[in-house]
Amino acid sequence: MNLSTNYLGLELPHPFMPGASPLVDNIDEVRRLEDAGAAAIVMHSLFEEQLEEEALFEERHMHVHEHSFAEAVTYRPPASDFALEPNQYLDHLHRIKQSVSIPVIASLNGSRTGGWTNYSNLIQKAGADALEINVYFLPAAADDSNDDVEERTLEIVRAVKNEITIPTAVKLSPFFSSLPRFARQLNGLGVEGMILFNRFYQPDIDIEGLEVVPRIELSTSAELLLRIRWLAALHGQVNASLAVSGGVHTPEDAIKAIMAGADAVQVVSALLRHGSGYLRTLIDGTQAWLEEHDYESLQQMQGSMSLQHCPNPEKFERVNYLRTLQLWKS
Amino acid sequence: MNTLAPATVATIDGNEAAVSVAYRLSEVIVIYPITPSTPMAEVSDEWSAAGKPNLWEGVPEVVEMQSEGGAAGALHGALQGGALATTFTASQGLLLMIPNMYKIAGELTPFCMHVTARALATHSLSIFGDHSDVMACRQTGFAMLASASVQEAQDLALVAHAATLESRVPFLHFFDGFRTSHEIAKIELLSDDVLRAMIDDSTIDAHRRRALSPDHPVIRGTAQNPDTYFQAREAVNGYYQELPERVQTIMDRFSELTGRQYRLFDYYGPADAERVVVCMASGSETAMETSAWLNEQGEKTGVVRVRLYRPFSAKHLIEALPPSVKAIAVLDRTKEPGSPGEPLFLDVATALRQHAGEHFNTDKVRLIGGRYGLGSKDFTPAMAKAVFDELKKDDPKNSFTVGIADDVTGTSLPYDRGFVVDRPEVRRAVFFGLGSDGTVGANKNSIKIIGEHTDNHAQAYFVYDSKKAGAITISHLRFGPDPIREPYQIEQAQFVACHQFDFLNKYDVLGYSAPGATVLLNVPGPVEGVWDKLPRNIRSQILEKGLKLHAIDAYRIAREQNMGGRINTIMQVCFFALSGILSPDKAIAKIKEAIEKTYGRKGRAIVERNFAVVDAARAELHPIPVPESLDGEEIERTPVPDEAPEFVKRVTSVLLAGKGDLLPVSAFPVDGTWPTGTAKWEKRNLAPSIPVWDADICIQCNKCVMACPHAAIRAKFYEPSLAESAPSTFKSTPFRSREFPGMSYTLQVAPEDCTGCELCVHVCPAKDKATPKHKAINMEPQSPLRDAERDNYRFFLDLPSPDRTTLKQDVKHIQFLEPLFEYSGACAGCGETPYVKLLTQLFGDRLLIANATGCSSIYGGNLPTTPYTVNADGRGPAWANSLFEDNAEFGLGLRLAMDRMAYLAQHALRKLAPQVGDSLVEEILSAQQSDETMIASQRQRVVALREKLKGVSGNADARALEFLADYLVRKSVWSVGGDGWAYDIGYGGLDHVLASGRDLNLLVLDTEVYSNTGGQCSKSTPMSASAKFSSEGKALPKKDLGLMALTYGSVYVASVAMGAKDAQTTRAFLEAESYPGPSLILAYSHCIAHGITMNQGMDEQKLAVDSGSWKLFRFDPRRIDQDAPPLQLDSPAPRLPLSDFLTHQLRFRALERSNPERAQQLRQKAQEFVSADRALFEKLAEFPFKAGNGNGEKQE
Repeated sequence: MNLSTNYLGLELPHPFMPGASPLVDNIDEVRRLEDAGAAAIVMHSLFEEQLEEEALFEERHMHVHEHSFAEAVTYRPPASDFALEPNQYLDHLHRIKQSVSIPVIASLNGSRTGGWTNYSNLIQKAGADALEINVYFLPAAADDSNDDVEERTLEIVRAVKNEITIPTAVKLSPFFSSLPRFARQLNGLGVEGMILFNRFYQPDIDIEGLEVVPRIELSTSAELLLRIRWLAALHGQVNASLAVSGGVHTPEDAIKAIMAGADAVQVVSALLRHGSGYLRTLIDGTQAWLEEHDYESLQQMQGSMSLQHCPNPEKFERVNYLRTLQLWKS
Repeated sequence: MNTLAPATVATIDGNEAAVSVAYRLSEVIVIYPITPSTPMAEVSDEWSAAGKPNLWEGVPEVVEMQSEGGAAGALHGALQGGALATTFTASQGLLLMIPNMYKIAGELTPFCMHVTARALATHSLSIFGDHSDVMACRQTGFAMLASASVQEAQDLALVAHAATLESRVPFLHFFDGFRTSHEIAKIELLSDDVLRAMIDDSTIDAHRRRALSPDHPVIRGTAQNPDTYFQAREAVNGYYQELPERVQTIMDRFSELTGRQYRLFDYYGPADAERVVVCMASGSETAMETSAWLNEQGEKTGVVRVRLYRPFSAKHLIEALPPSVKAIAVLDRTKEPGSPGEPLFLDVATALRQHAGEHFNTDKVRLIGGRYGLGSKDFTPAMAKAVFDELKKDDPKNSFTVGIADDVTGTSLPYDRGFVVDRPEVRRAVFFGLGSDGTVGANKNSIKIIGEHTDNHAQAYFVYDSKKAGAITISHLRFGPDPIREPYQIEQAQFVACHQFDFLNKYDVLGYSAPGATVLLNVPGPVEGVWDKLPRNIRSQILEKGLKLHAIDAYRIAREQNMGGRINTIMQVCFFALSGILSPDKAIAKIKEAIEKTYGRKGRAIVERNFAVVDAARAELHPIPVPESLDGEEIERTPVPDEAPEFVKRVTSVLLAGKGDLLPVSAFPVDGTWPTGTAKWEKRNLAPSIPVWDADICIQCNKCVMACPHAAIRAKFYEPSLAESAPSTFKSTPFRSREFPGMSYTLQVAPEDCTGCELCVHVCPAKDKATPKHKAINMEPQSPLRDAERDNYRFFLDLPSPDRTTLKQDVKHIQFLEPLFEYSGACAGCGETPYVKLLTQLFGDRLLIANATGCSSIYGGNLPTTPYTVNADGRGPAWANSLFEDNAEFGLGLRLAMDRMAYLAQHALRKLAPQVGDSLVEEILSAQQSDETMIASQRQRVVALREKLKGVSGNADARALEFLADYLVRKSVWSVGGDGWAYDIGYGGLDHVLASGRDLNLLVLDTEVYSNTGGQCSKSTPMSASAKFSSEGKALPKKDLGLMALTYGSVYVASVAMGAKDAQTTRAFLEAESYPGPSLILAYSHCIAHGITMNQGMDEQKLAVDSGSWKLFRFDPRRIDQDAPPLQLDSPAPRLPLSDFLTHQLRFRALERSNPERAQQLRQKAQEFVSADRALFEKLAEFPFKAGNGNGEKQE
């Protein structure tokens, strides 16, 4: 069975790859993922904040104590002893590239333009085959207009595209007034792919301590449905690869996403839950299903259930919402 | 002449200059941190960790020991084994090496050590420079070579290493602590080629062949009998006799290679000089400069600079002196009370006597000796001139002092404070800054730029504060076309910068300005109208001296670029713009280069932000027009209020004004005994924001009071009527208490003593339910609140303190006890001082503290003001610092004395039973004194006893008992110190004291690192933490001092962390004190050296416990007799992985960046260790610790 796919211009033997996560922090784990058949490695994000925070932390919390007291001009071994997060990231990227023969996709996470975007250039130099741009911005102020939000993202993408020649994919949030229109704008900037969707960190509330606390939950298959809808909507409307990220836990989940239009399937929670070897289960399961159902190739089913090709597109739309509610009542 | 490549220049300090040679010529470097030599050890460690090779391409092994004594032992071994070894030390550290120095010299072992000469602790500790320490080594058999400048610290280091190898006599190479060790100067570097040319490899080979080896065995360290020892001791003589000539030969060889000629005794001056000063180390530079000036005025003076002090070659000295000499003054930077003269003086006198008439008529020479510069007292041309002037007299004063006013025994020479040697080609600049604003760092960078990018010579010296919070720094920069020979602080600067506007009110900033000088001010707010905001005395100085004024609002620029309080780069740009030393464009290009170098790897954003402030600084620096006349009244400022005690007004206030140099000898106590409770008179107003109390939200838990490192937020409860006369803004609310119904409660901040650390706000658990970000205390800007809160605080302090016997012993109630440790100089947010404060709250009125040297002795006892204070009865902690290494023993001695005093009192009491009455005597003698109520009862009995004694006349025992009676109240003796003391240097003594069974309490303020000397690794440093001397991350776990101590079974041991469980901390302190044997408390103390956000220090403590990095337990031997397991684990099994803690602190994170794989391995090992340790302690917590059959069952 031919499971091959083209994602961001990369010819891949199949669409399955680990999504951006701490899974790839350890080189042994990266090798295990390759052994489990990963079509590519997606690195965790290098955060804009990381680029600045450590330096600012040192400046504010270490250097302010220095050169103040005769007996202790400094309090830590000299800073030249350690490289900061970005360099470490680049080193790690370099090490991964040397350890595996599959494509390596790096990831950069930020919320505004600035000096950090030129790290994309360093990432390219370090050998990344492609770059995910993860624009993480929560408009919380009433002054932030929808145009601002979109323009901010476009600006970042523009800045990054100016720096590099390797293919780029933008990891999208589902919260756009008109996702297809925005996707098309991204398309206009030459973006080679889009990933649906970013799973936002969801702050929780500690009701005893009256504090906001971070909380990260693994995804479930239920989250897939939102992605399927928008994959289906974008497929054929944008000239870019589409990847699904979030909610793929079984071969059936993957098949649905591919039918909706995904060229690549990124998996994180399932691998965290079952281990890296589970990637093989997903690949084999998908292959078996295709064989069982007499598909010629994976390509044959890509986008088959998109808005353009499915027999009943209205079910993706508003009418579906009404019916579901009625179903619930009855 | 040499054919070596031309030397490169560098702008470095004396420590780096010396270590650059020592490192390259050593294979084994054994170290222990001690100021001011520590940077040499640190640099060695950094270079070794970075794989920098020595001259022979091996990387020196750098080993930190537990003390200098240990280091000396290890060095002795390394040398006996044939290695080339070195060390760096000073002061008490050098004294600890003396026993081994005798051995190393007696065995004729080539070895060179480098010493930053420092004062010894006598009537007081001093970290500063003089020759007391090295002079205590002159009898060891070490050769001693003195360097006078940064250049010499490098050059003579090489001479010393070469000479020891050639001569076999070990060398002590020294230079002045701080003045040379920390002065930055432009010097010519010695290349590897010069080092190779100076070191004869055959001498190394010979050293190796003499070494101990089982392949060609010998025996050393024999014990010799009366028939042998004497002759054998004299057998060494020839080596010392030939050494001076040998050293001179090496100096001559050095001259051929470098063009810099040194002599054993270097004479500077005309051949016909009549008055000569003999002097050693940096002071000789001042003497030379002054002599040159005097000679320009037509006088005939000269200076002999002593290089090789031991062996002292009288012959070479006599030959160096001009035959025309009529009077000689010998200057010693040390004091030997009771001697006929200081050592160099005696040596010169002996030399003149021994060589009478050989070179000139020595009998006719008038010879005097005197002391100067002790404890880094500046030695200025004015003082040197006074010495030359004294030599003009027919009967000059001998055994004089210069630089002070000795109005008691009249030793001092008068000198003209206004006299300066003004060399117009030398440019001088003085900068006032805060430690935290980066002024010193920027000046270090400026001096490098000037030194390395212009033809100028450059010099920088920095004067630091002795307070750690809100520390002021004064930078002294000089530059000029010739090498700068001015090893003293600038008095007349052409450029004066004041980076903190408030300093204009506190210090005589413009006192440093020469007439016509340029003055740069950083002003808060717009520069327009700044003239009117200046204090009148500043304006009058500007007019009188014709100063040119410029101003900038640097903080606004820094804020706009998100740079916080770091105004360093901005002010640096202004300096270059105004000083004209470099073209502004070139200077800015160099500043930007430095920024790129410092921040380039940290991301473009930071670099761009710094670039932006550079550009903004240029644009926003403005000249300030100076009017022709002044208006307004001069306001007399007094540093302390009128109600301050007489001593504080007479002495302390002068110190506070920065004028301590002006105080005469008579102002000072003769024996180092100072009054306590002086910190309260120094209102430092450091906090930009202070906590403001919201009584409606407050739950009155007093956790903020407990956490405050500076005792600057306090709680009281009182009769509501007492608040009737309160100032209008004084806040009061009903006290929530079942025990004290109807009372009022106030939480009050000390606005002028608060450092603004915010620990109190972070520990406050009470939040407004509708707006949880609003707590019961919230930070608000200080200045609008200052006056009202000052009045409120005064009123608050006058409210009565509660009756100690009525308070429950929980956190809330204990925090109503008056702290007798307040407003110390500790860092803002210090993790140690809350424990010290708690100690004084609980036991302060009967507390003796033996304090190990370290942070706690500095914030506890460094002048000008000290924090231990007294209660309304005049009782409070009696505090003393003996040494670093002996603190447990020192405390034990205090305990023994207290017991003896109590015994004497009891003995007298028994004898006086007929007069006093049997029942009172019996009550006193049998009184239990294990809690506050019992202590109070005993105090009442003592009062009754004193009353009775008044009626007993003519009885010597009664008179003795009147004094001794207070000893009948049990005293609480505590040895307090850091982990450097308890785990390392003082461990042997601490262990012995624990085994003594005596009632002594030991409080270890455990920061897991040497905090005071700048964050070096101790045995308390946890696995995987990086620190100085373990920059690669500590590979072994923290020493478990608690576990070691509890194995005695007879020692009370507690491990506490206030931020994790304050109730357990309190309980542990009470139990330890009441336990009638030795007690040890290990108190986790967060520290700036951890690389944390200090205002979250208490949260870090909690995280340490929650992750298992720190455990809470109490081991109480009393429980054994109650058939309960003595060990109680007070922290539950870790609920977080260790990594949650480790990722929080830079000390752990750093390794993750420099060596992620090692970090991961160590982290995993550390986690495994934590788990195993937990399992062990859980088992131990079940163990009865009784003599038994191994199953915990008592044997019948």
